[in-house]
Amino acid sequence: MSTRLVTFENIGITFDRRILLSSIDMTIDEGEIVTLIGPNGSGKSTLIRTLLGLQEPTSGKVIRNKALRIGYMPQKLHIDPTLPLTVKHFLALVRNVNKRDILPTLEKVGVGHLLNSQVHVLSGGETQRVLLARALLNRPNLLVLDEPVQGVDVNGQVALYNLIENIRNELHCAVLMVSHDLHLVMAKTDTVVCINQHVCCSGTPQQVTGHPAYQALFGIPGADESIAIYAHQHDHVHDKHGDVLDADTPQDGDHHDHAHCSHH
Amino acid sequence: MMDFLIRALVGGLGVAAVAGPLGSFVVWRRMAYFGDTLAHSALLGVALGFLLNVNLNLAIIVLCVGLAAVLVTLQKKHIIATDTLLGILAHSSLSLGLVAVSFLDNIRIDLMAYLFGDLLAISQTDLYWVYGGGLLVIALLVAFWKPLLAMTVNEELAKVEGYPVESIRLLLMLLVALVIAVAMKIVGVLLITSLMIIPAATARKVSATPIQMAVMASFIGCLSVCGGLWASYHWDTPTGPSVVVCAAMLFLITYSLPFRRR
Repeated sequence: MSTRLVTFENIGITFDRRILLSSIDMTIDEGEIVTLIGPNGSGKSTLIRTLLGLQEPTSGKVIRNKALRIGYMPQKLHIDPTLPLTVKHFLALVRNVNKRDILPTLEKVGVGHLLNSQVHVLSGGETQRVLLARALLNRPNLLVLDEPVQGVDVNGQVALYNLIENIRNELHCAVLMVSHDLHLVMAKTDTVVCINQHVCCSGTPQQVTGHPAYQALFGIPGADESIAIYAHQHDHVHDKHGDVLDADTPQDGDHHDHAHCSHH
Repeated sequence: MMDFLIRALVGGLGVAAVAGPLGSFVVWRRMAYFGDTLAHSALLGVALGFLLNVNLNLAIIVLCVGLAAVLVTLQKKHIIATDTLLGILAHSSLSLGLVAVSFLDNIRIDLMAYLFGDLLAISQTDLYWVYGGGLLVIALLVAFWKPLLAMTVNEELAKVEGYPVESIRLLLMLLVALVIAVAMKIVGVLLITSLMIIPAATARKVSATPIQMAVMASFIGCLSVCGGLWASYHWDTPTGPSVVVCAAMLFLITYSLPFRRR
């Protein structure tokens, strides 16, 4: 029986009479990978912020194990361009960090060569890896990843998910991950929690994709794949990307992808 | 005969040395307008100091810290945008200060000296304040450098990693208030912010790390004080504004030099 790290107990958050979250119950055990999915504005990030102590719940409480150490990887990093900062200095800001761990940790996430680069010139994927390194330097037993593959292209996304998987296998830490793309994370996840203000459904990825509440939000897997492919081809014609192979890569049918693509 | 010049130079260098690192934080955290607001309210501190007959430096520090606390409280309530709030506080406290000064019938206050500074009139006691306050600020900056920087880079990460972010933010405001109190003599309430942000902005171009930028800002600030004093002595120009003009010229020169920002 593994140790419980976090228990969300009946979490509710109301802001200006708008209900962001209501009666959320959820647990994270040691070594467990939990993926939080839900449409935009469903309260995924808000729920994570209550765990991190950045947001006080209006009702309910978060019970944390005394031994809990969180490594947090935010969605993105904004550092004011007036602040000159190398990756090394950025990572040295971790509280009680051992400076000798910095380079090995960067190498572990595959960006050791960026040690002396300025943080402002990093690409999306590089930034995510540096952020992951910072989370790891906090010696976590729970990694909290808020949309870890934001701003990374599809190949990079797969690589990043594999990296997270390898790190977890090495450190045996639990992972709480926010994603709105279940397909990429499915194989690696123990528990999927689908939320939309409340917990719609939760369970193994197979259970969740078969659940009517999930299908109501994201569509029936497979059923709308043709629509997804059609939509992407349509987009690409307009974008002049014209890469036909794109249509063959697995796309999930959720509407966020559509929205995302049309912004290109 | 040169006594007053040497005192002015020593005092000015002390202020510039402290203003550099703190000015860097003001630039990084985009607090320039905040610094202005505190500086403007310092005049009210002077008036209150005279009215209540307490030490002026002390009155300024207390008032600045009080105002910073009010500001943070109002900011959290999200009633109006922060820049509007700052504008209201800056100008109403400056006006309140001017009105309060006019009530001081029996004391003649050289208003210009408080608004624009009077470096050449700096006294031995003022020097003690500059160096006492300055050393305290530097000591606190060194002791809390890492948490201050961690909060500046990313407040949420710092908080998750266990830094006491609220206390550190308060500390930074206290430091800004301290610098304003000691720098007022030199450049006056209207120009203090410039002595903090112009050297820091200049230093940005030639720095690759935060510490480099903080040290360079001190150095450039000291250069500006020397240049400003020299100009003031030669051409009989007002000292405080001369220092600021000198800092602005250094900024322009640095940014028109053809090397790339690091």
